[in-house]
Amino acid sequence: MAYDKFNILKSSCVPLPIENVDTDQIIPARFLKATERVGFGENLFRDWRFNSDNSPKEDFVLNNKKYKGKILVGGKNFGSGSSREHAAWAIYDYGFRCVISSFFADIFRANCLNIGVLPVQVSPEFLEKLFNQIYENPETEIEVDLTTQKVSITEQKISERFEINSYKKENMLNGYDDIDYLMNIKDSIKEFSKSTPL
Amino acid sequence: MSNTLFDKVWDSHVVQKIKDGPDVLFIDRHMVHEVTSPVAFLGLKKRGVKVLFPNKTFATADHNTPTINQHLPVQDPLSANQLKALEENSKEHGISYWGLGHEKNGIVHVVGPEYGITQPGATIVCGDSHTSTHGAFGAIAFGIGTSEVEMVLSTQCIMQPKPKKMRITVKGSLNKGVTPKDVALFIISKLSTSGATGYFVEYSGTVFSNMSMEGRMTVCNLSIEMGARGGMIAPDEKTFDYIKGKEFTPKGKNWERAMEYWSTLKSDENAIFDKEIEFDGTKINPMITFGTNPGMGIGISNEIPKAESQDGGVHTYKKSLNYMNFEEGDSMIGKNIDFVFLGSCTNGRIEDFREFTRIVKGKQKASNVTAWLVPGSHKVEKAIKDEGLLKILNDSGFELREPGCSACLAMNDDKIPAGKYAVSTSNRNFEGRQGPGSRTLLASPLVAAAAAITGKITDPRTLI
Ligand code: SF4
Repeated sequence: MAYDKFNILKSSCVPLPIENVDTDQIIPARFLKATERVGFGENLFRDWRFNSDNSPKEDFVLNNKKYKGKILVGGKNFGSGSSREHAAWAIYDYGFRCVISSFFADIFRANCLNIGVLPVQVSPEFLEKLFNQIYENPETEIEVDLTTQKVSITEQKISERFEINSYKKENMLNGYDDIDYLMNIKDSIKEFSKSTPL
Repeated sequence: MSNTLFDKVWDSHVVQKIKDGPDVLFIDRHMVHEVTSPVAFLGLKKRGVKVLFPNKTFATADHNTPTINQHLPVQDPLSANQLKALEENSKEHGISYWGLGHEKNGIVHVVGPEYGITQPGATIVCGDSHTSTHGAFGAIAFGIGTSEVEMVLSTQCIMQPKPKKMRITVKGSLNKGVTPKDVALFIISKLSTSGATGYFVEYSGTVFSNMSMEGRMTVCNLSIEMGARGGMIAPDEKTFDYIKGKEFTPKGKNWERAMEYWSTLKSDENAIFDKEIEFDGTKINPMITFGTNPGMGIGISNEIPKAESQDGGVHTYKKSLNYMNFEEGDSMIGKNIDFVFLGSCTNGRIEDFREFTRIVKGKQKASNVTAWLVPGSHKVEKAIKDEGLLKILNDSGFELREPGCSACLAMNDDKIPAGKYAVSTSNRNFEGRQGPGSRTLLASPLVAAAAAITGKITDPRTLI
């Protein structure tokens, strides 16, 4: 289904400087039992965020009032492991609209783009500056501009360009999704199917 | 022009190329299970569309299903609800459905090949990352998210940029006690969990051509654990023998026609890969993981490496060891374990049960170990019984459970308790993957069997 349009996002960030964050951590399997896409934000990072008695773990960043915002900043190889789109849903449902990292796992990146969360891949150096800046001033505002494909640490006056293919960019700017596109070419798909052996 | 195997299959499925964008890729086979499909079906309902090609979609229940008393109603209401949704959605859209209790039921990536749904040259997707398993037959197979499941249901296509190509060649032969699982864990330990991100892998070399179809499936299954979109192996006589006569494979004239096409499915001599990597098979030992991602693996008799010697963050590495309660420099051999899990789409096939049985035969399960032996499908379960393996396992103190994903992702009741160590033949050792607080050591069925007998990490070569 079409989602919110994404244009320019200005927000403070939540830092999570851990590498190889896998989708089992983002949303553990036992919370995948819903048949509708609701309420996944509650269980985002469930086992890092809560003790087994459901009390919050004080040292986890989502329980630290200092850090909030619509941008999640993660370490290298973010979103590895299971293909569960529920991970992207949980991130979205919690209130994030953008994830910044120096490297994303493939399926996770695709899932984000399909639901309107923007994955922004930056250089390791930029990521480090970003983490430092957030720790120095948790209220730092970061600007993610999809039209110009630029992410900026306004306070430090530094910015970096990020890549996104132009088709996906159009989709995000307009809130379209792939199914809208595919539905429009259904006749050529049907025609194509006649030539496939299986 | 010289093409890779991957190019040949991919290019022949492109419905449309979008400039500066993804390819529209036609999907031949779509496997569906209860966990990642309900929201996709809901999407179809909202759009008011039906499944475009119901005969190309196959549903099986596996992720959520109990592995004991499958004849009784499913206890957990949420799981029961998902299973019911899959059944109803399948019925409504006219999709083949192998639910709980169906004789063909089993793990999606085990039953696909068993019944010939998986074929060379096909494009296969499923809302599960280990869809890469099917690449063992020379298919392009990969995991997708739920939005893409909805895409395939409604249009039989997905939109993806064409990945880059990597070839991993393993030459030579494998030593005693070294299995396909060890080969895969070895490669991942060398490449890391992101080393193949953005690539589609082709495995080649004598180690793979000598490997059984089951072994090839294990290797391709684990491709995703090094970040690859998928992995594939060119089909050969073994592949054709395996699929011949299966329910969904072509028959008679159609078989001959298919064979003509299938025999062209290999990388041309001068085909260019974006990356080539080579290993020597004789250098591989039985492997085991010590950390919280599948790249953290070592030869079973090695010591846990020092943080400084590892790529990536020392902080992340130490956090991982801390979770496992291991120290740098520890030897893995001799560490006590609590659980053994034999199963999953990685190692839940008949060959895996044969290997496991080979070690435990005539010995007794260690009293401190709880062992869950979960066949990948009813067909595997039947073979275990028919081949007399069950009797040997029972005599050694093991019981067999009913098929399903089970402790691979612990969505059902098969959860490893917090703090306990499990030697597992599955594919992921992430924190809490096998239950909150569980500690997973990934290994081959042989290593699992050796651990089950001795109650600790043991080199299986000492028991063969
Ligand atoms: S066994 Fe594990 S990896 Fe395989 S399909 Fe089931 S959950 Fe996925």
